[in-house]
Amino acid sequence: MVKIHERKFVSADPDKCVGCQVCEYICSWTKEKSFNPLKSRIRVVRLNPLVNVSITCRLCEDPPCVAACPRDALTQSEETGIIMVDEDKCNGCGWCIEACDYGAIMLHPDRKVVFSCDLCKEKGEPQCVKWCPEEALDLVTADVLAQKARFTATKKLFQEALKETTK
Amino acid sequence: MLHGYAGRILHVDLTTGKTHVEPLNEEYAKKYIGGIGLGMRLWLDHSKPGVEPLSPENPLILATGPISGTVWPTGGNGHAFVSKSPQSYGVGEAKSHGSFGTELKRAGYDAVIFKGKAEKPVYVWIDDDSVQLLDASHLMGKSPADTEDAIREELGDYYIRVAAIGPAGEKLVKIACIINDKTRAAGRTGMGAVMGSKNLKAIAVRGTRDITVAKPEEFLEYVKEFHERMKGPATQKYRTLGTPENVLVHNALHCMPTRNYNNATFEGAERVSGEVLNERYVAKVIGCSSCAMRCEHICVVAEGPYKGTMTRMEYEPLWALGPYCGIDRLDAIIKGMDLCNYFGMDSISAGVIVGFAMDCYEKGILTEKDTDGIDAKFGNHEALVKLLEKMGKREGIGDILAEGVKGAAEKIGNGAEKLALHIKGVEVTGYDLRCLKTAALGFAVSFRGADHNRHGAYAFDVKGKVNRLKAEKGRGKLVKDMEDMYTLIDSFIVCKFSRGTYYKELEDMTKLYNLVTGAEMTTQEMKMAGERINNLARVFNVREGLGRKDDNLPWKVMNQPITDEGPSKGAYVTQEELDLLLDDYYEARGWTREGVPTVAKLKELGMDDLIHIVEEKM
Repeated sequence: MVKIHERKFVSADPDKCVGCQVCEYICSWTKEKSFNPLKSRIRVVRLNPLVNVSITCRLCEDPPCVAACPRDALTQSEETGIIMVDEDKCNGCGWCIEACDYGAIMLHPDRKVVFSCDLCKEKGEPQCVKWCPEEALDLVTADVLAQKARFTATKKLFQEALKETTK
Repeated sequence: MLHGYAGRILHVDLTTGKTHVEPLNEEYAKKYIGGIGLGMRLWLDHSKPGVEPLSPENPLILATGPISGTVWPTGGNGHAFVSKSPQSYGVGEAKSHGSFGTELKRAGYDAVIFKGKAEKPVYVWIDDDSVQLLDASHLMGKSPADTEDAIREELGDYYIRVAAIGPAGEKLVKIACIINDKTRAAGRTGMGAVMGSKNLKAIAVRGTRDITVAKPEEFLEYVKEFHERMKGPATQKYRTLGTPENVLVHNALHCMPTRNYNNATFEGAERVSGEVLNERYVAKVIGCSSCAMRCEHICVVAEGPYKGTMTRMEYEPLWALGPYCGIDRLDAIIKGMDLCNYFGMDSISAGVIVGFAMDCYEKGILTEKDTDGIDAKFGNHEALVKLLEKMGKREGIGDILAEGVKGAAEKIGNGAEKLALHIKGVEVTGYDLRCLKTAALGFAVSFRGADHNRHGAYAFDVKGKVNRLKAEKGRGKLVKDMEDMYTLIDSFIVCKFSRGTYYKELEDMTKLYNLVTGAEMTTQEMKMAGERINNLARVFNVREGLGRKDDNLPWKVMNQPITDEGPSKGAYVTQEELDLLLDDYYEARGWTREGVPTVAKLKELGMDDLIHIVEEKM
């Protein structure tokens, strides 16, 4: 069994993400052979021209979506941490959607069952990460994400000082 | 039906509230591709000659392109508006990118034809097959961005895409535009005024359909290749400084019209350069849906009287609202741009109009009494802001300026016509035509009036491929070939910033078209489509009474030589030069000396069904 901090999920760097939706198009193409953001497991959010980022499943420990499912249709892979949906059991009730803080599990517009990022397990690597033209997406562990955040925060704190030292 | 196309056209009659769907004519698709090509063809079919632009009888066409909705970089997201322009009384067309076009394609439409006029303000809500006219009275007076937010809130879906007009469009300001995704405008030729004349405040779209392409494997491989190309040198400018890089380039060549063409160079250029903009104001560079390039330089003003202003910036608006008005403050220029977005006005035209008003003021043609007490001197940034506001509201002097420089000059009289820099009623853009003679020809014959985006002929001049100060034979062919390529770009609706990544222009574009649609077009046929669309535009203009007399240049370009010391000193375009250029161009096009496409030419291009239009004009 893989420990939680070794689990990798897809995360977007908000500084790099330009909100172009290439991840959505590629995800829906990979999974559904169609260019249709509604069938993408990763979705772009654009609050205003400055604030945009792609969001997908965080593979939470003790995932609230799994806990919320009244029909035991959702399970988490012990190996990879991805959320697996038993489509025979899922009736699209939406409790999992309500439970997810990230909007990362959603209802399939045609099949009316829920779906979520599975890291493109059949392709060996998430296609959104591979295709992102800005290299804003990364497959990271929570630890690495925390490291990155620490460095970003520190850089911001010492922006002026860094400018001086690199002169 | 070909892949790539939705295969359906939506008709919306705003007078009766009735809507219906008809299949897309496949022959049209192949002949006119999509975007402005398809839009102009549909406009011709659905209008009567001599129609008044702001009357209910003037249809407004909204079109997507064959690759809208796919992941094709910059091409998946475009849409175009086509109608008769209230400025030129000829072709009105403007395109925009963002994420509206892709949504419309997924809703299942290649084009939407808006006819008639709603009794009360409405917005059209296209939810796949369901099309409704909803009350918009509560949205009146709102900016396009606020309208977008309000509609999303109202319909309860944050992914709905909206294209809307602002207060300027509602008040039929001639330079009103249609804005989607908050800062992306279908800007030129007054399409917002046409929309406003129909009492149509906004178009809201949700599309849930799947988009597929004919040859997905090869298509995706090609996409990947273009992702790489778009990281390369061809688009570097757009990714780094953006088009404002032009400020210093044009200034050095003395080809940046300044103070309403009183100068061709600006002493304040260093202060409003792309370099300074990037250093001090650009907070983030973002991209449109499906784009691998990203170019939207989002600027934020952090301090001073315009603190808190946030907008996108490009060279043309920066030039128009800056040097053209003698203004050397970037924060004021950004504020001006933001006001144009707020009111929904074409920022290029808006800046040129303010520059014109300032010129009139300095020459005593307008006095402080006429300007409602505004000290409209060149360089007065407060005057810029006030005049833009007045124009957007059609208040006082703004009511006159809202007619565009041509209309305003007619109203003001007293020699103001000589200060009005326009071609076919559409305001000029940031290239001094006196010292860029290939561009001068391109601008003169441009079917949508003064515009650099119809030909890009300035590139030959600016890059030194020809002697920019000389008018000579051969320029006609240069302009023609560029025009044919540009109409293709606008009919596919790929972004013009991506043009350099199509290394083998026609071959690459043909390959793209074929991979998406499954058609087996040859490059020769594609070339012909480009030429056909240009002829189509000309037929449109000819039908509406435009001709050689309208392929002219502004008075100052032909009568007021550049006085600034430097490489462009003394340059202007004489009537003989213009005639030589026009004759050369018409000859290259195979048109008559009056600039009318011949029957033989139309036959050659397979446009037999439009021959009757030119025959009437012979």
